[in-house]
Amino acid sequence: MGSKWNKSSLMGWQFVLLPSALILLFSFYPMLQSLLLSFQSGKGTVYQYVGLANYGRLFSDPMFKQAVLNTLLYLIVQVPIMLMLGLVIAYFLNMPKLRFKGFYRTAIFLPCVTSLVSYAVLFKSIFAVDGILNKMLMSIHLIQEPVAWLMDPVWAKVVIIAAITWRWTGYNMIFYLSAMQNIDPSVYEAASMDGASKTRQFFSITVPMLKPIILFTAIISTNGTLQLFDEVVNITNGGPGNSTMTISQYIYNLSFVYTPNFGYAATVSYAIVVMVAVLAFLQLKVGGEKQ
Amino acid sequence: MRKLSSLGIHLFLIIASVVSLFPFVWMLIGMTNTSSDIVKGKFSFGTMLQSNITKLLDMTNLGAAFGNSALIAIVGTIGTLVLSSMAGYGFEIYRSKGKDRLFGLLMLSMMMPFAAVMIPLFRMFSNMGMLNTPTAVILPSITTAFMIFFFMQNTKSFPRELLQAGRVDGLGEWRLFAQVYVPTMKPTYAAAAIITFMNYWNSFLWPLIALQTQDKKTLPLIVSSLASSYNPDYGIIMVAIVITTLPTVLIFFLLQKQFVQGMLGSVK
Repeated sequence: MGSKWNKSSLMGWQFVLLPSALILLFSFYPMLQSLLLSFQSGKGTVYQYVGLANYGRLFSDPMFKQAVLNTLLYLIVQVPIMLMLGLVIAYFLNMPKLRFKGFYRTAIFLPCVTSLVSYAVLFKSIFAVDGILNKMLMSIHLIQEPVAWLMDPVWAKVVIIAAITWRWTGYNMIFYLSAMQNIDPSVYEAASMDGASKTRQFFSITVPMLKPIILFTAIISTNGTLQLFDEVVNITNGGPGNSTMTISQYIYNLSFVYTPNFGYAATVSYAIVVMVAVLAFLQLKVGGEKQ
Repeated sequence: MRKLSSLGIHLFLIIASVVSLFPFVWMLIGMTNTSSDIVKGKFSFGTMLQSNITKLLDMTNLGAAFGNSALIAIVGTIGTLVLSSMAGYGFEIYRSKGKDRLFGLLMLSMMMPFAAVMIPLFRMFSNMGMLNTPTAVILPSITTAFMIFFFMQNTKSFPRELLQAGRVDGLGEWRLFAQVYVPTMKPTYAAAAIITFMNYWNSFLWPLIALQTQDKKTLPLIVSSLASSYNPDYGIIMVAIVITTLPTVLIFFLLQKQFVQGMLGSVK
């Protein structure tokens, strides 16, 4: 029996060894390399150890501060809006008597299959100064003059937030919808008998029951927003005047656009690592405690 | 009162659907108009489709880009399915303490931001002389912790008796995997294939870094470079966007059921 167990365990290792090795090689090894690189500085191929100099520079770098603030702003504003919207839409689509569900679900999910680059460029054209959106808003007299969406530091951020919300709301909705379908309908029936309104049922039954999924989507959305790159590069390219620049774009610029400085770029990239870790920990803590 | 709230819900969902679908309509209309009409917000079909397509083909090596995208997405998807399903199967069927620990470690890679690994990856592939090749684009995401997790979750519902029966028939462990597990799990493979294909097809940042010459570029890189030029021609760009979007939209409609189920299966 003992030898059979060993043999079976050994077999298992054959299946997992190569895939695990690839993840270690292409994720963990580069993470370590990045860490080492963050203590070095140099240009081209000549690098030397500079201790914490890069980390010192980080805290007095206005561009880094701006990129962090922008990224956090996207995170704080966009993620809650998107998750709430996804949750409400899923709640409506889960109503047993609602008609045209299939159409609504497909329409709202469809943005998720577009490439980030393509939809970003579409948004850029829609939000042009003479563009379709301004034209539509003017025709219903919501605005008198065209708004220079992408030339204004505040509006440009709004456009980025609207774009991400457009692309990902349906994605989160699908997760919520599947979780809602696992809730026993008799729970709602009992609540109705007790006289609880639909709104009350949403907040007292649906949301608490969905907490693990909400936590899951909050973590993946946070993770995604902290890595925001494609949209910003293709809608505003970080402008006007760095007002929409994200941390990922700053790292890319430090590595491949400005005079390459891989050491400092690696240092900045560790700032994202720390932020991802801290935020995931906080979310787990908050999500876990309420249960 | 009841009717009113139902009307409100429909109104809300209709607005959400219109907003969701609008950019799709916009790109189809844009494809047939001149750049200046698009920038001026003309919202009706024009007659420029043919000329936009011809100009796009003249300006870019679109056929090559489509081929590069397809090669990367197809080879990458096959590789990912083979490797991730092997790992998911191995972790779930042959459980042991050591493997559980390794699995936990691998899951950590899901939290690693790509920006933190891209520079070492770039140097790694540069040292190996593999930059500017499809291999360099495919390899870093050929196995992902997410896909392993996805297969492991779905393997939980795989009937183990099938394996016992196979063993009685004298099948080896690898043949059990290939001849019993793989055919049984076809729906899981289908869902995983769609998700992985889209990830490869739509990826931007890593190909932007790894691919350097025009002839190696993928469709998103072409779209992005057209759009970031000094005087972008939106008519041409819209054609490129439609060509980039069409395959994934088609796949979505053909395999909608598996796709939605696949998304759902990963969180159960």
